[in-house]
Amino acid sequence: MNSTPLLTLVIWVPILAGALVLATGSDRNAGLARTIALIGALAGFAVSLPLIAGFDPTAHGMQFVESTPWIPRYNIQYALGIDGISLLLILLNSFTTILVVIAGWKVIESRVAQYMAAFLVMSGLMNGVFAALDAMLFYVFFEATLIPMFIIIGVWGGPNRIYASVKFFLYTLLGSLLMLVALLYLYQASGGSFALADLHKLPLPMTTQVMVFVAFLVAFAVKVPMWPVHTWLPDAHVEAPTGGSVVLAAIALKLGGYGFLRFSLPIAPDASHALSGLMIALSLIAVVYIGLVALVQTDMKKLIAYSSISHMGFVTLGMFLFDRLGVQGAVIQMISHGFVSGALFLCVGVMYDRLHSRQIADYGGVVNRMPVFAAFFMLFAMANAGLPGTSGFVGEFMVIMSATKVNFWFAFAAATTLIFGAAYTLWMYKRVVFGAIANPKVAELDDIEAREWLFLAVLALLVLWMGLHPAPFNEVLEVPVADLLEHVAKSKLP
Amino acid sequence: MTLTSADFLPVWPEVLMLSMVCVILVADLFLKDSQRVGTYALSLLTLAGCAVVTAVSSRPDVTFAFRGMFVDDPMSDALKLMVYGVVAAMLVYSRSYVAARGMYRGEFFTLVLFATLGMMVMISANHFLTLYLGLELLSLSMYALVALQRDSAASTEAAMKYFVLGALASGMLLYGISMVYGATGALQIPEVAARITAGKANMTILVLGVVFIVAGLGFKLGAVPFHMWVPDVYHGAPTAVALLISTAPKLAAFAFVIRILVEALGHPAVLAEWRQMLILLAIASMALGNITAIAQTNLKRMLAYSTISHMGFLLLGILSGTVNGYSAAMFYVAVYAVMGLGTFGVILALSREGFEADTLEDFKGLNRRSPWLAFLMLLLMFSMAGVPPTVGFYAKLSVLEAVVDAGYTWLAIVAVAFSLIGAFYYLRLVRLMYFDEPTDTRPIHSDGVARLLLSANGLAALVVGIVPGWLMAVCQRAMQASL
Repeated sequence: MNSTPLLTLVIWVPILAGALVLATGSDRNAGLARTIALIGALAGFAVSLPLIAGFDPTAHGMQFVESTPWIPRYNIQYALGIDGISLLLILLNSFTTILVVIAGWKVIESRVAQYMAAFLVMSGLMNGVFAALDAMLFYVFFEATLIPMFIIIGVWGGPNRIYASVKFFLYTLLGSLLMLVALLYLYQASGGSFALADLHKLPLPMTTQVMVFVAFLVAFAVKVPMWPVHTWLPDAHVEAPTGGSVVLAAIALKLGGYGFLRFSLPIAPDASHALSGLMIALSLIAVVYIGLVALVQTDMKKLIAYSSISHMGFVTLGMFLFDRLGVQGAVIQMISHGFVSGALFLCVGVMYDRLHSRQIADYGGVVNRMPVFAAFFMLFAMANAGLPGTSGFVGEFMVIMSATKVNFWFAFAAATTLIFGAAYTLWMYKRVVFGAIANPKVAELDDIEAREWLFLAVLALLVLWMGLHPAPFNEVLEVPVADLLEHVAKSKLP
Repeated sequence: MTLTSADFLPVWPEVLMLSMVCVILVADLFLKDSQRVGTYALSLLTLAGCAVVTAVSSRPDVTFAFRGMFVDDPMSDALKLMVYGVVAAMLVYSRSYVAARGMYRGEFFTLVLFATLGMMVMISANHFLTLYLGLELLSLSMYALVALQRDSAASTEAAMKYFVLGALASGMLLYGISMVYGATGALQIPEVAARITAGKANMTILVLGVVFIVAGLGFKLGAVPFHMWVPDVYHGAPTAVALLISTAPKLAAFAFVIRILVEALGHPAVLAEWRQMLILLAIASMALGNITAIAQTNLKRMLAYSTISHMGFLLLGILSGTVNGYSAAMFYVAVYAVMGLGTFGVILALSREGFEADTLEDFKGLNRRSPWLAFLMLLLMFSMAGVPPTVGFYAKLSVLEAVVDAGYTWLAIVAVAFSLIGAFYYLRLVRLMYFDEPTDTRPIHSDGVARLLLSANGLAALVVGIVPGWLMAVCQRAMQASL
């Protein structure tokens, strides 16, 4: 047993680094703030690496468990632990933080310290969400992420940032407040415990399960986001600075998917089964309808935002098929979407930094001036379209396979994404990158510099690695997914 | 009737406070305006002295004095210590503010300390008349404080409204008390409870009395529909006085409510009566407070409506009717006092001679002008909105837990719906501070001690939020030992 409280470090190292960055104060010390932020992000990633080394993929239950009483009055524990699902998400999160710091290195010029600090704090809080084993601890981390994100969108965002940030905040708060009441109800029902393990075991009558499920659904569906509560996302994404979009797409959306796996399914399994038709329907609407919406976007960021919603539809679809392949595919899809959408937002960011426009119409012929960039962009666009050999293919394929087993028409509807996804992504790519140089501004573009090359190359490697050799990812997911499904298969009706 | 020394032990803090106020009143006559710092220091010392006496004489059990007129229990000790802290912080925050407005005089300090004494008596009263005595001492000092800025029309108007409505509320309360006396034949709190339990009370008259008492309490707390005075008084009163009105008296009012409704009228049959009324008051307060606050452009008015909604939340804890709920309400009111103190503290820090930083406009771009003050205000606003990890969340959490525990899950859902609406206007202030450009670029001067204390105050909203366990335990222990 490892005696170092690794998970505590994974959570608090970035948060403390964030506090330190904030302490550098005004923009006079911007350079210092950037350096500390980078060191903090690297340290945050470094402390998450021993998790891989010490992780036993064959073990059941939680690993690296820590537990101390936190609020004895309500029997709330500071309880942390991870399984394969959380491990992958924590690594993705710690890794993305480094990219975000590098991506904002030059572009952010005002209030640098606050910007970097917000991301570091955010990163630590999200690690907390993925590692929490106590429902109230989870809730605190889950909600606390709203504060830095609100600031990030509102301060460094685009022209309509204020509307977007307030909408983002109130939408997500609406969802989570109902979850709070549900948690309090469960606390009463379980005789005074917020421990996830106890809540998982708690027998509940059907009506209660349905009400609890719906309360969780509102919270997580807003986060994912599922159709029809997705409308905050395009606004938030479009207005957020590049780093904000990356974190939102790569990590923040996963909080919802993760919530379904940790809360909705195991706490209310019977309700999950009963309502799976609804969930599948909502997911398929997201996949198909939002895919079509993405097709007609004229703003690149908005297009990627809609594409995110469509891809997240696969995640929720996979989860509610109650099949090993489907759930595993859903988690793989979450990780892959983290890489791919993050990379796409970074690509748009690279162009936006140069031309200050996100409109597809303002571009054209970018390949002539930025060939290296165009190559990277191509790879990520292909991954977004689900090209075999890239990470985007693996998760979607697993979910579609699983859907075929359940119902052919589910699979049919889901598979349309391979067409729509390719259509909207590649059409956008074509209009932006190929063709003759559209205007004088494009003619003056410079290709990517070393800093940008670095983060795009790392992401490209990851996308290819996950696409060509997904076995290590599946290996860590095998046991937790099997355990989860076994738990969900058992009725919890008293 | 003879008084023994045992009678005086529990009232030591009150005796000390009263003697010191008299000393300050006289001593100030001999001080020149330039030496007024002496009065200031003496007032702070008095509060510190009372705190020491209260802490030292604190006992884990319940002691009665003056033939049951007065009680000293863990709840009263805890609340009194909070009151001293809040009043002391108020004096520190408002020092430069009152000095700039010609209110830095002996009257200000003596009135503040008399109000504090009134609160102490309210907190420790064990008899309806003692309660009333404390309440009137507090109220009369407050009316005078609101009107202290003599040449301000707004202050005078606010004081008039406060006085007329306050007198009306006192009248209702007194009328209710007389009916309770008529129904039970007793005025001592445990005696009233005992007679009701023994079935010797005339229930019809008692319930009628309860209606008047709840109305009177509603006035004092500022709960809807008895809230009319709150926005005008907050708006019109000097900010320093508004700070005092919005914080410390809420602690005393909480004790007041507990003494009357729980200790005297806590019998299940009576509880069922006042619970219905409190449910209505709570829902109406949360609804009207939160929705009306959205429309305000004056920060003090907005905070007034915010207070109304917080009082609604506080009532939720009380109406749950369990010790659990009372300790949640106590935690809530303590947290609320800290948040209100900090918020008004920031307004005071931004105000200058001849300028009140009390409109939302004045907070525009604060992050550019003073990142630290903006950050403190951000913490306080998120705490008011109840977003974790700030302490305001745990206050809401504990009250909601008590409400769900008492079987009112629907009420908890109503409460969270209104806190969502409430989040909007707290968020608006954060938005103005962080997302907008400043319209006022003059530098911010505030004195060092106040700034330091304000920093501690703002950070407390975060730090107590990360480790909230101890304060919850304090409230729970105090409640369990006192009831």
